[in-house]
Amino acid sequence: MEMKFQMFKNITKQGFQGMWRNRGMGLASVTSISAVLMILGLILILILSINSLVVDTQSKFDEIEVFLLNDATEEDITALEEAINSENGVKKVEFKSRDEALKIMQEEWGEEAYLLEGLEEDVLPNSYVIKLKDIEYADDIVKAISGMNGVEKINYHKEIIDKLMTFANYVRLGGIAIIAALILVSIFIISNTIKLTVASRKREIGIMKYVGATNGYIKGPFIMEGILFGLIGALLSIGLVYYGYDYFFESVSEKVYAWISVILVPPELIINDIVIIFTAIGAGIGALGSLVSMKKYLNV
Amino acid sequence: MIKLINVSKEYKNGVKALSNIDLNIKKGEFVYLVGSSGAGKSTLVKLLLKEEEPTEGQIYLNQMDITKVRNRKVPYIRRNIGVVFQDFRLLPNKTVYENIAFAMEIVGVPSKEIRRKVPSILSLVDLSRKSSSFPDQLSGGEQQRVAIARAIANNPPILLADEPTGNLDPDTAWEIMKLLSDINGGGTTILMATHAREIVNTMRKRVIAIQEGVIVRDEEKGGYGDEIPDVQKYY
Repeated sequence: MEMKFQMFKNITKQGFQGMWRNRGMGLASVTSISAVLMILGLILILILSINSLVVDTQSKFDEIEVFLLNDATEEDITALEEAINSENGVKKVEFKSRDEALKIMQEEWGEEAYLLEGLEEDVLPNSYVIKLKDIEYADDIVKAISGMNGVEKINYHKEIIDKLMTFANYVRLGGIAIIAALILVSIFIISNTIKLTVASRKREIGIMKYVGATNGYIKGPFIMEGILFGLIGALLSIGLVYYGYDYFFESVSEKVYAWISVILVPPELIINDIVIIFTAIGAGIGALGSLVSMKKYLNV
Repeated sequence: MIKLINVSKEYKNGVKALSNIDLNIKKGEFVYLVGSSGAGKSTLVKLLLKEEEPTEGQIYLNQMDITKVRNRKVPYIRRNIGVVFQDFRLLPNKTVYENIAFAMEIVGVPSKEIRRKVPSILSLVDLSRKSSSFPDQLSGGEQQRVAIARAIANNPPILLADEPTGNLDPDTAWEIMKLLSDINGGGTTILMATHAREIVNTMRKRVIAIQEGVIVRDEEKGGYGDEIPDVQKYY
């Protein structure tokens, strides 16, 4: 146990030492890791923004309004309400009387509201406003109630939502594809950078083997070194992405483009995700890069 | 201590480097291995380090047949053999102190003992002042002394030296020989492959001469011999 601990201590020490003494080569690794992570950060922000836009829109549009015929009977209305309530995905059902509808309309029309004054009371219909748990349920509910007695017309925003969802899905898919490609490319770049480092240290590895070092003992410091370079790259890109985005977000919200900042995710909401994702990917790429590039030289 | 029974080595490209070598080196001996370039000296050293496998025969180190040892266990065999090479082979990114400490760390020597022992080994090879220098800041002779210090750091029973004086001027070469002789005096078995006629003829030890993969002479207190042409000297 004590020996294991000492071995770990030695490996860590040598990892740090190796990092410092190979800082020239390390700079190349760190630069490529943080470049990749920065692009990844931008895509991440894009995807998260689209996501929040979709969620936002869904919560605004996830309702169905069922207009009732003026001559609908009490029984029709009760039957309809029961039918609605028995459907899946209904969050809330509200009855909107024609008086309320008129009031809302007056508010919306503002100064032109006087135009509504002469209208007959029953020009506007009574309606049910159905709040949905998810827009996905809309079709089923509409199908179930559309033929019922007393229903005049059903309004819902399926098309807008559908279009937005398709768009969001494309963005998400595209984003994931780009991220996957980027991670592959970055592992390739980094393993090549480290391969250069390792090739220049091929002799060193050979010597370690002559002295009787096991593969594990030789690998340890190199992997530690890779992880350290990965972490430095992650740190760098976290700083750049966060402060860069924060600056962009602030300046956009202050100016005419304020509507953009409504769509964009606020920086402080993503900083946690970015720190976790970048740290994990940075360290992972570093370790993997070291392992991949060293394989060849260990069979002395 | 070192025993070869009917050992042959043929490389994949068909070159027959060693044929039917029988050899027995006892504990505490100092043996020169002489022969012209390509005679098979390096192959013999490589077989002892298990860097190459013999095509035939058994090799015993410390009563253990190393041809039967698995690859994964090779590091543990190498820890019983100190090695010194013509080109020193020090870790370039480590200081003199760290080079020696490294050899001890991999064996699992506690750091307290390493801190105690490295300075005493350094004073043994007279390099205490250069403790924190890097190899490229040292002369050839100094580098070789560090390599020897590293080789004996774990008190191995066997020390292999492959042309240890090959890159050194004559005065420095003698310093190294004196050091090796002292180490041998401490009980370490030494096998030294060499081209240095003057050294072999002056510091008389057992001489094993190899030519074209065959032992042609095995003599106590032997000389360099006339069967081997002198290598060209570059200095």
